[in-house]
Amino acid sequence: MTLKKILIVFAHPRYEQSRTNRALIEGVKRMDGVTVQDLYEWYPNFNIDIFIEKDLLKHHDLIVWHHPLYWYSCPPLLKQWIDMVLEFGWAYGPEGNALEGKQVFNVLTAGGTKEVYCEKGRNHYTIREFLRPFEQTARLCSMEYLPPFAVMGTHRLSEEQLATYVRQYQELLRSLQKNELEIPDTDNCQFINDLPALQNLQEK
Amino acid sequence: MTGTFLFQAVIYLSAAVVCVPIAKRFGLSSVLGYLFAGIIIGPYLLKFIGEEGEDILHFAEFGVVMMLFLIGLEIEPKAFWKMKKTILGMGGSQVVLTTLLSFGLLSVMGYSWQSGLSIAMALSLSSTAIVLQTLKEKNLMDTVYGASSFSILLFQDIIVIPMLAVIPLFSTAAASVSGGHEGGHPSFLDNLPVGLRTVFVLLSVVCVVLAGRYLFVPLLRVVALTRLRELFSASALLIVIAIAYLMELVGLSPALGAFLGGVVLATSEFKHELESNLEPFKGLLLGLFFIAVGASINFGMILDNPVEITLLVVGVITLKGVVLYIVASIFRIKMDQKLLIVVGLSQVGEFAFVLLSFANQLGIFSKERLDLFLVITAISMTLTPLLAIFNEHVILPKIGTKESEEKPPMDTIEKKNKVILVGFGHFGSTIGRFLRANGVESTILDHDSSRVDLLRKMGFEVYYGDAMREDLLESAGAGDAKILISAIDDPDATLRMVEVLQHNYPDLTLLVRAKSRVDAYQLLNAGVTHIYRETLDTSVRVAEDALHFLGHRKYTTLRQAQNFKKYDEDSLRRLADKVLNSDEYIFKAREEIAQQEALLKEDLERGQLSDEDTSWDSESMRNRINAGKSAGS
Repeated sequence: MTLKKILIVFAHPRYEQSRTNRALIEGVKRMDGVTVQDLYEWYPNFNIDIFIEKDLLKHHDLIVWHHPLYWYSCPPLLKQWIDMVLEFGWAYGPEGNALEGKQVFNVLTAGGTKEVYCEKGRNHYTIREFLRPFEQTARLCSMEYLPPFAVMGTHRLSEEQLATYVRQYQELLRSLQKNELEIPDTDNCQFINDLPALQNLQEK
Repeated sequence: MTGTFLFQAVIYLSAAVVCVPIAKRFGLSSVLGYLFAGIIIGPYLLKFIGEEGEDILHFAEFGVVMMLFLIGLEIEPKAFWKMKKTILGMGGSQVVLTTLLSFGLLSVMGYSWQSGLSIAMALSLSSTAIVLQTLKEKNLMDTVYGASSFSILLFQDIIVIPMLAVIPLFSTAAASVSGGHEGGHPSFLDNLPVGLRTVFVLLSVVCVVLAGRYLFVPLLRVVALTRLRELFSASALLIVIAIAYLMELVGLSPALGAFLGGVVLATSEFKHELESNLEPFKGLLLGLFFIAVGASINFGMILDNPVEITLLVVGVITLKGVVLYIVASIFRIKMDQKLLIVVGLSQVGEFAFVLLSFANQLGIFSKERLDLFLVITAISMTLTPLLAIFNEHVILPKIGTKESEEKPPMDTIEKKNKVILVGFGHFGSTIGRFLRANGVESTILDHDSSRVDLLRKMGFEVYYGDAMREDLLESAGAGDAKILISAIDDPDATLRMVEVLQHNYPDLTLLVRAKSRVDAYQLLNAGVTHIYRETLDTSVRVAEDALHFLGHRKYTTLRQAQNFKKYDEDSLRRLADKVLNSDEYIFKAREEIAQQEALLKEDLERGQLSDEDTSWDSESMRNRINAGKSAGS
């Protein structure tokens, strides 16, 4: 069976100063069958080349929106990307079926811990709730939306914890490529991190 | 066999032209080629030059003068200060040890202390000319061997000044000859008491320093304003010759004066320009110097006392080698590098000619003794390249693999920036300012000396010079730089510089300013990828604003402008090929019109930019949905 091809659409306006995202991207960018599209490096003036981006999407089976969580959403260039690339009549709407059947999920980093993202926490809503627009975007484009992979509490992450996250990210992409991951009912799974396959990795 | 000046020139030049390529052919340094050329045309073989050999040696010493001026130019006081430990440590211990040991030996051999000490000092010096030439040719300046040799030689070149100042003091003891001078350098110092002489020596040194700062630099500025390159070469030569003359007038070594003058000018904005102007003269004169050394070897004397001379030569080289070995060991230099230093610096240098003749003039020792040591010096200089070959091919392979070359642990003399910015006018200055605002300092080359002066006051590292010249680019560090930005105004100059750069530094990334579309085509066809047309961004911005005043929304216009620029860049690359093959290429003006026609045609065919822009376009979405509905219903 051929491996699935993965496209990581990555958006970070200050990549050089992001310890967590640097570690994550460095960890996966050289993997076989993985393409990292660094949006802020390619389109610093927000002038996204729609032709190139559509072509990239066409040639990959699984899309990752990889970004830090800013004000409960993605950085503006990723939103610009969604606005411009997911064209009416191509990604959705009549005859808009270019992305049909592809998988997509968010990989995100956040300063706050999981505890502050819940009804009783400071942020009142869960990460899954904040990510609803992405989930629905995927649905409108007839894509399969998977639970997010989240690295939470980045400000207090130790080097070891960060290394574990990087290993989990790699393992996640590898098993998704081989279609080996058993993903339970999406709605009941807050984070893809919680899957036993990745949790076992943490113990090592 | 004498002859006219032209005949002499033909002899020297053809000897060089024949012998040096042969030496190079066999992988030997050019120094050896010149030396053998000298021996061959000298009085003992072909006899093309005879008695006048000595005069030629004197004239050719000017090559050494020039070389020391250039060495001085390389030494910025700051960099010099950083290297002080190696220079003083290695150089100092080498000179002191060698002098003491040879002085001891000479005393044992029955030399008086005056002659023994002055000869010992002369013997402690090595040949900057030979060693530096070899290092440069073999590209070894960056190795431990190269850096250590350079430090030692530098110390020697400097220590000669006090040596020359001290030697007259010895002559009090041998005062019998004072007043009479054999060498024929009339020097008004001869009639002065010894104490005053030393004062004069120091005074003339101060004189050179002051002139360097307050006379030469303003002079060069005036000359630079005329923008005549040959006039600049003339001034550069004038400076060196004037210093040399002044020094000779007071009976000092011209080489030292020139060295000092170089150091004083090292911090001026003309450093690189002076370097590149004098380099060819230096090379030629040094070649002549080596030929003269070869020709002046007195084979008659060698035949008369073969044993004594052989013993002395072997003794001197061994003694110098042992001292160098000890010094290098103290500084923990690896074995293979150590042997290179030992062999490389074991000869007696050209300053021995100067010191020994000087001491002889003062009557410290006899003419016979002078000749003897001159022969020893010349032989040791000739032997050096041969010993080096022996070392490289026989000894070094035996001490095992050549230890891997590491970066020298000692300070390197120059700080090189990763970015070279050529041209600091309106265009270049903005580039330089923005880079600096981001903490990136660039080496700046500009050919406007008044601007260079101003910028240096503002703390920029700016050099004056014509960036089309290979040597200037080299000294500005084009070999080590990552990026070179060309912000030159003149398209032809840009193109010529680009050709030079691409030929010599294929790895250097070039960012090039282009005046017009046609210039951009030429650059593209020359193989430049990063081309910046100076008018493209500005003119599009004017059009953007015009649209804004007509009521167009700014963000939409901005996106159109971005697309327009992209299309324009694309068409530039597409049309560049055609331009090359077009007959009209020669006529720039006609070409410009033809180009505009082609562009306008393309724009027409593509239609309006906004037609293909569907992002956030609710109008076309509405149309399609409604069309779908009416079709479906």
